[in-house]
Amino acid sequence: MGSARLYLSVAVGGFRRYASYRAATAAGVFTNTVFGLILVYTYLALWDERPGLGGYDQAQAVTYVWLGQCLYATLAIQGGGAEKELMERIRTGEVAVDLYRPVDLQLWWLAGDVGRAAFQLLGRGLVPFLFGSLFFTMALPTEAAAWLAFAVTLVLAAVVSFAIRYLAALCVFWLMDGMGIGQVLMITGVFFSGMVLPLNVFPGTLGEVVRVLPWAAQIQVPADVLMGETDPSAAFAFQAAWAVALLAAGRLLQSVATRRVVVQGG
Amino acid sequence: MDDVFIELDGVEKVFDVRRKTGFLKRERRRVRAVDSISFTVARGEMVGYIGPNGAGKSTTIKMLTGILTPSGGRLRVAGIDPSRERTRLAHRIGVVFGQRTTLWWDLPLIDSYKLMHRMYRIPDARYRENLSRLTELLDLGDLLDVPVRQLSLGQRMRGDIAAALLHDPEVLYLDEPTIGLDVISKTRVRDFLRQLNAERATTVLLTTHDLQDIEQLCSRVMVIDHGRLVYDGALDGLHEAGESERTLVVDLERELPPIEAPPPARVVRVEGARQWLAFPASASASELVSRIAAEYPLVDLSVREPDIEAVIAKMYEDRAGRPVT
Repeated sequence: MGSARLYLSVAVGGFRRYASYRAATAAGVFTNTVFGLILVYTYLALWDERPGLGGYDQAQAVTYVWLGQCLYATLAIQGGGAEKELMERIRTGEVAVDLYRPVDLQLWWLAGDVGRAAFQLLGRGLVPFLFGSLFFTMALPTEAAAWLAFAVTLVLAAVVSFAIRYLAALCVFWLMDGMGIGQVLMITGVFFSGMVLPLNVFPGTLGEVVRVLPWAAQIQVPADVLMGETDPSAAFAFQAAWAVALLAAGRLLQSVATRRVVVQGG
Repeated sequence: MDDVFIELDGVEKVFDVRRKTGFLKRERRRVRAVDSISFTVARGEMVGYIGPNGAGKSTTIKMLTGILTPSGGRLRVAGIDPSRERTRLAHRIGVVFGQRTTLWWDLPLIDSYKLMHRMYRIPDARYRENLSRLTELLDLGDLLDVPVRQLSLGQRMRGDIAAALLHDPEVLYLDEPTIGLDVISKTRVRDFLRQLNAERATTVLLTTHDLQDIEQLCSRVMVIDHGRLVYDGALDGLHEAGESERTLVVDLERELPPIEAPPPARVVRVEGARQWLAFPASASASELVSRIAAEYPLVDLSVREPDIEAVIAKMYEDRAGRPVT
């Protein structure tokens, strides 16, 4: 099919674009490894005091840390994926170029972001994760089915992550600048994804709320699928529901934005 | 007429601009970026579309590509309503924005072309043929494997033009294609466009601030100002429409007060023994010259033809002072 090949080319392009920045990738690998180490010792101290916190044992807590570092850039938890570029293109009016192409704007950016995520997983995320599994005791599954389920949950996580950031980027059509919304993305992403602490640990109502927000689909759900802490089909359903809802919202906002809003710049 | 390719009939674009007038107070103001413009462009024509910044040029181009919807009037490109069928039209048009790029910044030039191949669903044979032709004409052979971010502005511009033409568009919109280019790069781009128009009969609509682009490429020019079409015709006709003036430069033997020339001729500048006189382009210079020669110690003189730039500048100025009718 023609369009499948087109969006595949866009994804491959997204992968290769990020692959062309080798120094940045190396710096990222280093950063995620160092942060992983800091977090692992903090978590170990915490789980020493409170064994079984959030339903995790120490090995699971360590696994959670290294998975978080692995997915940090992959899922652009703090932003910095396709949405950053799109915001800039809307701000400068460059988005006009994207709009006159015979492509679907949302699929175009989704494909590019999935390509980026694939590169970030292999080029940046994998090394800290392998480092962790070499030097720490981790709770990793041995059967292939669990890894397959993990692969599915990762793809869904990437789509949810994109859908959130795409909505944020479209706001720039009205806000005229992406600075504020970028900060909101960063804080919500880091906190609600469970990048600081697993969402399982959050008490009471706060815990119940954060575990059903879309950000939970990004680190908490993949971690639980990997460690067999949740039923994979329920996890997929949760992620898919958010993916569909957020992509639909993105489409709606996109059609309003492109119909009613001024494309900036002469 | 079946050779009409672009057709605008009373096309308008009104923007609502909200302005802060006080704490939490906003005032809505309507801006008519394009105000009832009508024109047609025939297939194979090469038309210059000029006007000062903010005149409505880019807004017109954006409506022609379908990314902006007109607020009123009728607009057709190749019989298609652009804003309703943007994607279908996209296969038949090419767009080059001089200040923007369609190329993948981080990747070699050829990768962007491979993407165009998929995006426009260009048959393989035609893609290969067009790529080799454009590579040769635009001298891109050595650049195909270079990441776009490493190209010079002129190289990138040629790369963008090739990208816009791989799918054989019937019309090419160029928004300031020579902006920021050096003389050699400009010449190259112009030569290519001339050839494209002559050999493939591609319709070209060109906006520019560089009037040499127009002089060298376009037989027809449209001038837009404050959203209205103020001139549409041959380039030569602009002089008449703009009431342009020629300049007589005279060198006298010594410094003298300004020459008392018969109106409408008048001195516009004095610098030592040299004086500049402006007079209507339509009037003869000989009478003025003989008057001055008879009354003043004349050493040397020369006549300068009005340049198109000055003509258009005057046109904009005149209109700015006059209420829009």
